[in-house]
Amino acid sequence: MSAAVADSRAGLPASLRDNPRLSRWLRIGRDGTVWIAPGKVELGQGILTALAQIAADELDVAFERIRVVPAATPESPDEGVTSGSLSIQDSGSALRLVCAEARAILIEHAARRLGVPALELDVFDGEIRYRGAAATSYWDLADDGLLERDATGTAVTKPPGSYRVVGTSVARLDIPRKIEGQAGFIQDLELPGMLFGRVVRPPRPGAALAACDAAKAAAMPGVVAVVRDGSFLGIVAGREEEAVRAAQALAGACTWEGGTPLPQPHELEEFLVRQASRQTVLSEKSDPTVAPGEKILEATYTKPFLSHASIGPSCAVASAEGDALTIWTHSQGIYNLRRDLALALGMPEAALDVRHVEGAGCYGHNGADDVALDAALLARAVSGRPVKLQWTRADEFGWAPYGPAMRVQLRAALGADGRIVDWKHDLWSSGHSSRPGRGAVSALLASWYRERPVARPPAIDLPMPASGGGRNSVPLYDIPNQRVVNHFIEAMPIRTSALRSLGAYANVFAIESFMDELAEAAGAGPVEFRLRHLSDLRARAVIEAVARRASWPEQGRGRSGADEAARGLGIGFAKYKNLGAYCAVVAEVEVEREVRVRRLFVAIDVGLVVNPDGVANQIEGGAIQAASWTLKEEVKFTAESIACQGWEDYPILKFSEVPAVEVEIIDRPDQKSVGAGEAAMGPTAAAIANAVHAALGVRVRDLPLTAERVAAAMG
Amino acid sequence: MADPIRLKVNGVEHAVEAHPDTPLLYVLRNDLGLKAARFGCGSGECGACFVIVDGRAVPSCDTPLWSAAGKEVVTLEGLGTAAKPHPLQRAFVDEQAAQCGYCASGIMMSAAALLAANPSPSEAEIRIALDRNLCRCGSHNRIVRAVRRAAAAREP
Repeated sequence: MSAAVADSRAGLPASLRDNPRLSRWLRIGRDGTVWIAPGKVELGQGILTALAQIAADELDVAFERIRVVPAATPESPDEGVTSGSLSIQDSGSALRLVCAEARAILIEHAARRLGVPALELDVFDGEIRYRGAAATSYWDLADDGLLERDATGTAVTKPPGSYRVVGTSVARLDIPRKIEGQAGFIQDLELPGMLFGRVVRPPRPGAALAACDAAKAAAMPGVVAVVRDGSFLGIVAGREEEAVRAAQALAGACTWEGGTPLPQPHELEEFLVRQASRQTVLSEKSDPTVAPGEKILEATYTKPFLSHASIGPSCAVASAEGDALTIWTHSQGIYNLRRDLALALGMPEAALDVRHVEGAGCYGHNGADDVALDAALLARAVSGRPVKLQWTRADEFGWAPYGPAMRVQLRAALGADGRIVDWKHDLWSSGHSSRPGRGAVSALLASWYRERPVARPPAIDLPMPASGGGRNSVPLYDIPNQRVVNHFIEAMPIRTSALRSLGAYANVFAIESFMDELAEAAGAGPVEFRLRHLSDLRARAVIEAVARRASWPEQGRGRSGADEAARGLGIGFAKYKNLGAYCAVVAEVEVEREVRVRRLFVAIDVGLVVNPDGVANQIEGGAIQAASWTLKEEVKFTAESIACQGWEDYPILKFSEVPAVEVEIIDRPDQKSVGAGEAAMGPTAAAIANAVHAALGVRVRDLPLTAERVAAAMG
Repeated sequence: MADPIRLKVNGVEHAVEAHPDTPLLYVLRNDLGLKAARFGCGSGECGACFVIVDGRAVPSCDTPLWSAAGKEVVTLEGLGTAAKPHPLQRAFVDEQAAQCGYCASGIMMSAAALLAANPSPSEAEIRIALDRNLCRCGSHNRIVRAVRRAAAAREP
């Protein structure tokens, strides 16, 4: 390898450096199709459509020719986990280079075969033309093994100005079949001879099975196996309803003991502070030349544990044949899951085949990985017959990891000129990542309950600047003195992991609520006060755009009459992770007994836009989900158990409660594309809380903003 | 096992060999291979499993097989096909009214029952009719637009 090539490889995107073989990413069919095989997976976010757009442009083929291969071990490139709004960055940049290089190789090869200079060849929808006339095509060259080589990173990608498909609102590839009602979700998968499984859970985390009389359940109609492995219990039956009935009977025949102490109702803040924590300074800067502030403000904000609450509970299908095991899963990271399953089951990774099948909407580390181990344990008990394991709604609410509860304490000083001179941010949170496949012991739920259990590995805190609990804890505002401290709770009795935007939701809610409190103290309007502290031009642009769009008034943002509800407008802003998308939100609320969000205006800058409607869809969805979290959601506990069993215990926003959402996209073709899915979460929460303050004159600092909390704040 | 239960789905008669208490959802999905109705909660709280029984959108997870016998059951598969989509299906694609799409079938069944009873509903009427269906991805407004579009397309 020449030094030049080695150098260019070092600069490859990580996804491509780890999986350099071009054929792993791209295959050309003789029949005029192009198959791309990204390692990222569809989670309902439309990523595969966006990646297909990128491939179509770089290869100069019609979008309709592109087919996407679902990720599966061992064939797919290992791209880690589909998370963090990074797929356009990771997979998109890798595929762009792969396709550019493939195009160059195909042209070079055609030139040699035709005996003409490569520079005189051009590609039009896969047809290779010499001086404008068809000479050969990708399809003619498909069988020549041209992509059986490693990427060099030397190919030149197209300038953004020449994109034809990228930047347009191509319709999602997966939507028609979902609307036609075709089978396609993991829950729909059906294999010959397949059996149905259900698991029986303890009443609370950490409880152990003291006694279990399985005889009655075992004798029930259709039951093929009762699986007991320590405190892990499952049923396998011939029909789904038989598995359900037997699992209910089995649950009734069990006695449990022990378990983890859970937070009592209304003591979340005390519960967090009471846990042992380790302090780390995440960011610190000081400027001794700035005079100390004159006015000091302090406030504390909290966010409860949140559930993913996907409409489809987690599901997996497993099939054990001899020493091999095949798993169909909606995991966000099939290779990581395979690594963890190998650890948990004591099998070599090579004996495991893990294949991605779409699940219902995924917003972070949910039960998808756990249910795969559950299914594997049941499948091994009935070797030779596949088992589909469907978690119940109660399994999902009770046993998937939660988004961590957080406490954020802020303190700031205002100078005589009305600028913030000092800022202190203290946050309390457990780890926002306990994903499988990264540690020395299994991070999958069933592993901690089996005959020979392993201790549940604690959730980890991700490093700055993206961070986990510390995500977006460093203010983007120009403040000369600042200190951000993470009080990291490692031994959290409640299992937590990644949920859409991680710590950014709570940190941005706190920072942006506090900015309004400071603006008021400084006698300034919220927009002007933010702009006063912002030199980042893209940040200013989204704030100005959303203010324009919402006809933002700096004064008189709230009004109320004797016979009508109080109304108010509020704003929130963040640059996601301080690295990604810029997003500003204005919320319009109406408060009678409860807070209702009538409208949300969002301005978003994700750099180069691959699919405008895809970005709008992600932003609308994120803003509505964030409104639901902010108004309604919290996982409740009793002393003995997790109180969330069904939707009545964990209400989310309904159709009649959903606000109108207007999205303005600021396209920046000269800037790299960043993800859109998580950008609106924090800004939406703060915008709503600030609008409630504008409407009522009271500040609610504890989420969710329920009628009870608003009434308490009003005294 | 007792005698087979006669069930009429999408105009086709079936003889189903299952316990009479079996939730209709499992019969549709596992016996008849109709996968559009989906499991969400098992207690009629989310709408993912909605089908139309004698003109009303009902949760099939909470409907025992015996109670559906002798009635007209319509699933999304009976509403339209890829070749001949129902106006709602066409409108959902046109509006890109889904993210994960897991809730979509149940929502289209609620909307179909609504449009059958009220061919030109207001936006507020659509939202109230869909309140028994949950969507987690936040596609609500696109879905409401799609229902309005379908209603407009059906008008002469």
